[in-house]
Amino acid sequence: MSIPADLKYTPSHEWVRVEADGTLTVGITHHAQDLLGDMVFVESPATGRALAKGEECAVVESVKAASDVYAPVAGEVVAANGEVESSPESVNQDAYAAWLFKLKPANPADVDALLDAAAYQKLVESDAH
Amino acid sequence: MLKQTPLNATHRELGARMVDFGGWDMPVNYGSQIEEHHAVRTGCGLFDVSHMLPVDIRGDNARAFLRRLMANNVDKLQVSGKALYSCMLNETGGVIDDLIIYFMDENWFRVVANAGCADKDLAWMETMNAEWGMGVTLVPRRDLAMIAIQGPNATRVLNHALPGVDTITASLKPFTAAAMGEMFIARTGYTGEDGFEAMVLAKAAPFFWRALMEAGGRPIGLGARDTLRLEAGMNLYGQDMNATSNPLESGLAWTVDLKTERDFVGRTALETSEVTQQLVGLVLVDRGVLRSHQKIHTKNGAGEITSGTFSPTMQQSIALARVPLGIAPGDEVEVEIRDKTLRAKVVKYPFVRNGKILI
Repeated sequence: MSIPADLKYTPSHEWVRVEADGTLTVGITHHAQDLLGDMVFVESPATGRALAKGEECAVVESVKAASDVYAPVAGEVVAANGEVESSPESVNQDAYAAWLFKLKPANPADVDALLDAAAYQKLVESDAH
Repeated sequence: MLKQTPLNATHRELGARMVDFGGWDMPVNYGSQIEEHHAVRTGCGLFDVSHMLPVDIRGDNARAFLRRLMANNVDKLQVSGKALYSCMLNETGGVIDDLIIYFMDENWFRVVANAGCADKDLAWMETMNAEWGMGVTLVPRRDLAMIAIQGPNATRVLNHALPGVDTITASLKPFTAAAMGEMFIARTGYTGEDGFEAMVLAKAAPFFWRALMEAGGRPIGLGARDTLRLEAGMNLYGQDMNATSNPLESGLAWTVDLKTERDFVGRTALETSEVTQQLVGLVLVDRGVLRSHQKIHTKNGAGEITSGTFSPTMQQSIALARVPLGIAPGDEVEVEIRDKTLRAKVVKYPFVRNGKILI
């Protein structure tokens, strides 16, 4: 349950869902929220902001620590999730429902280079050792 | 190889998330840090603090030794069982460690050292003991485990777990301790709540811990320990003060006795030092989380956050910060957080005591 098969992933623990209209919905994985613990602060990027691949664009903070969220691919921010900003604990409750922002990719094919669920699973397992 | 407390296996059985805490394998939480925090403010929490080191100081010169070693004055301790919070300073007035000193009798004082400071504390104490020819005996007590039982229900939980102890807890005042054989119970803590710190023989610790849980105590990790102590406005060694910081600039002036003529290590340095900074409380006005080492701008110059977190009780971010003198409660300062400058308000701390928000 913690790594849905229909999503794409990054080594920095973001999940990415390709929507029907080609936009990408981005959040942090269940594994990432589990490592960070109780979320107390979320800051999403401004709508309209152009992001390079790997650019720091959002912040999630737990009681323990702050963690940057990176753009999985290059693109433009088309939406930010204000609800998650006002209730950061929703990331702990369901990391895959609590999306952070939506991205219009500069090049839709870039998504293919992201990790699939199996590859991400492997990465999480190797993290644990 | 990480060091383990006598409760290590117990924490693992309870599903704790373990971390390397200054070389010790310790539980950071058993699930949710915030739930654990609230449990201590509203009920009763159990903390394994066996990584801290009790050291018994025995001998005819025990009091004379501590009188010279400690920045606070052990002559304040005249009734058996009384405790005193003190810094141990180096010659330059820097803080080697902050400790609690218990006076049991003229031949027996007990100090409790921070885990990360224990080795250097012992070495320092032995050096001073030899240099001053005091001839006291220092006995590190790694054979003891220490469990903190904290929260408004702490007395009930302890009484339940340890039949017969109610005769002691009923009369044990804050900052006093009682010893029964190798069991040692003090009404002290690091949470801002009522509670106890109990020392027992290491081999008895797992059973005692389970009995405290049966009685309603909830295991609490080091994560919540930090948010609780920060709300309570208590310094953390290594963050809010260290071997190069002046206790008078660290919110610890109340623990340094300069009123009496007593000679103690660091006194000359403190008396000739120029105090230009102070420790203040901050509450973040804007959205975000204050963290240690963030830079502060005030009307009197720069400062720095020494400890910062999100306060689960207040539902906003709070901090302790070292800032120039002249900055007072009510003033607004600016904090650099990543690429932003956010506003914070200076407040008088503690932030929370006995479950109540004081700000």
